[in-house]
Amino acid sequence: MSVVDKLKPAFLEHPGTGEVRYKHTFNYRKIWQMVILLTAAVTLIPLIIITSIDYNVTQQSIESEISLRARRTASNTKRAISFFVSERRAALDFIVHDNGLKALTGNERLSTILKNLQAGFGGFVDIGVINDRGIQTAYSGTYNLGGQDYSDQAWFTKVVERGVYISEVFLGFRNKPHLVIAVKSRLDQGAFYVLRATIDTDQFNEILSSLELNGKGDAFLINRNRVIQTPSRHHGDVLSTVDIPVPEYSDRTRVKEYQSPDYEQFVVGYAYIPDTDFILMIVKQKAALMKSWYATRSNLIGFLLLSITVILGVIVFVTTYLVNQMYFSDRKRAKAMHRIEYDNKLATVGRLAAGVAHEINNPLAIINEKAGLIKDIFVFREKYSADDKLMGLVDSVISSVARCGTITKRLLNFARHMDESFQTVEIGTVIREVLGFLGKEAEYRSIDISVDVPETFPTIECDRGKLQQVLLNIVNNAFFAIESEGALSIQVKQRDDKYLTVTISDTGCGIPEKELELIFEPFFTKKSDHGGTGLGLSITYQLVEEAGGCIKVQSEVGVGTSFIVNLPFKPKKRKEAKTCESF
Amino acid sequence: MDATTVLLVDDEKEFVDTLAERIGIRSLCPQVAYSGEQALEMISDTVPDVMVLDLKMPGMGGADVLARVKAAYPDVSIIILTGHGDKKDQVLVEGMGASGYFQKPVDIDLLVAKIRVLG
Repeated sequence: MSVVDKLKPAFLEHPGTGEVRYKHTFNYRKIWQMVILLTAAVTLIPLIIITSIDYNVTQQSIESEISLRARRTASNTKRAISFFVSERRAALDFIVHDNGLKALTGNERLSTILKNLQAGFGGFVDIGVINDRGIQTAYSGTYNLGGQDYSDQAWFTKVVERGVYISEVFLGFRNKPHLVIAVKSRLDQGAFYVLRATIDTDQFNEILSSLELNGKGDAFLINRNRVIQTPSRHHGDVLSTVDIPVPEYSDRTRVKEYQSPDYEQFVVGYAYIPDTDFILMIVKQKAALMKSWYATRSNLIGFLLLSITVILGVIVFVTTYLVNQMYFSDRKRAKAMHRIEYDNKLATVGRLAAGVAHEINNPLAIINEKAGLIKDIFVFREKYSADDKLMGLVDSVISSVARCGTITKRLLNFARHMDESFQTVEIGTVIREVLGFLGKEAEYRSIDISVDVPETFPTIECDRGKLQQVLLNIVNNAFFAIESEGALSIQVKQRDDKYLTVTISDTGCGIPEKELELIFEPFFTKKSDHGGTGLGLSITYQLVEEAGGCIKVQSEVGVGTSFIVNLPFKPKKRKEAKTCESF
Repeated sequence: MDATTVLLVDDEKEFVDTLAERIGIRSLCPQVAYSGEQALEMISDTVPDVMVLDLKMPGMGGADVLARVKAAYPDVSIIILTGHGDKKDQVLVEGMGASGYFQKPVDIDLLVAKIRVLG
């Protein structure tokens, strides 16, 4: 027997309803499945729903938190950069208005202003005044750019159009990234001049690099052609092309998600800086931001799986246990019901038999006496005593009455519950006594009888009369089954220290399988033509059960029949007696 | 010695009359009573040697008759002959002092032998 078989509950092997002898009203396997499915459904479905709701809510809140934070950072940084730019523009405006064209074109003044700007703001590289024809008329700075003609340059056209111009970042002559701010100042009669300053981007960069960004964050500016304007940590060098597409224009700060060709996800907070070509980019790696969420998520899923496993385990275990208990108690109940039914049947039959026997006994006694008297008259008067025919008739009446008397006595015996009287008996002796009754018949019909009792077999305590009756009934049936020329063997064995087994086998006609269930039922007989009442085996069954034993039968048609009687060495009360199934 | 007197008590007239005749044929002196009351009446007249008594009769039952007779005439031997009895009854009546117990239908020779022993 494998471990699986041992663990397998008994009811699983059970076919469900439809067993002949013990009727079960339940289909245990179905009950088991239904209970497990229902319990699992009502416990697991809410659990899974709650977990998935929690999962979604947490994920959404974390995502919106990330997006919010990216937007806030972008918005703050945008303000800082706008302020930086407009501050410098305002400074140039102020200079224009404060000095006027005449003062500015004096070389001394312009270099003083540059010095003051460098001291006050820092980052100013040079400053120049350009007239309305695009010629730089005054200049202060490291390069000698006086007299330079800017009239055909794009920025000059733009500053003339808009009044203000802030350039993209470019590498100047010193090969250092810088940008240009230019303001236009109107003179009388449509004339104007432009004040132009070059600023290096160090301070600019500092604003961005000083940002503390989580999630492998990166903050930098690009222009509208995707060219990187300030150093980035992960997305390319200054003036190279960034690997992220230009986000659509918006005058407000926005957040957008972007997936790179190698499936890396980014959260991009961006803002168009007003009056410039710059777009501020706050780029964060989504995976890094979601790291804490991933940990929470795996905890959540792990806990869910563990809970499901534990719940399912408990449900299956408890259900299996309970259904198994139910199965066993139901089986016990069915057996008890069967026994009660059987006992009731026997009691009813007993009452009926006794009633019939009593009623028949009186007329039978009268017939007996009348016939006896006739015989007496024949014998004593000597008139007819020589008439063999008359005497034969009377004898036949008397012997028929005697036969009826035997039957009524047997019926009465069936109903009778005599007081138990236990004696110590040797089973061998009892068997020999029983065979003694039938020895003549066996010889006559050449039945070979063999008895096998171990020599020093322990004595048993039982009602001798009942034991005799049990053996006699079985042996009688065996004789009937054999007809003539056959063998009967009686074998006695010690089963264990409490029980012995008597096996009575014959080589008779056998019992068909469908009749095996019925042979212990009252009034089931195959000997009705031979005076059988159908009570012999029924009585035998009852007697064996009363003694706390068990009787079983095995048979094969045409081969023979074996009755196996298990009896206790000491009488047992019904309660402590083993059931037949345990043998 | 006189023939043994036997009082047969049974409500089945056909049975008891025939039995009386058969016993008479066997050189005993039978008397017949058809009920318990009649039997007690007769016994107060003539005390029999042996009494053969049915147990189940209308009116006074056999067990009652047995108890009264044994109380009044302890010398009378009583044989119970019944069609209804079982082992329990046998034990009961033997305890009450019955000397024999037979079930109907009975072998006349066994019954007569028993009467002769008791008579």
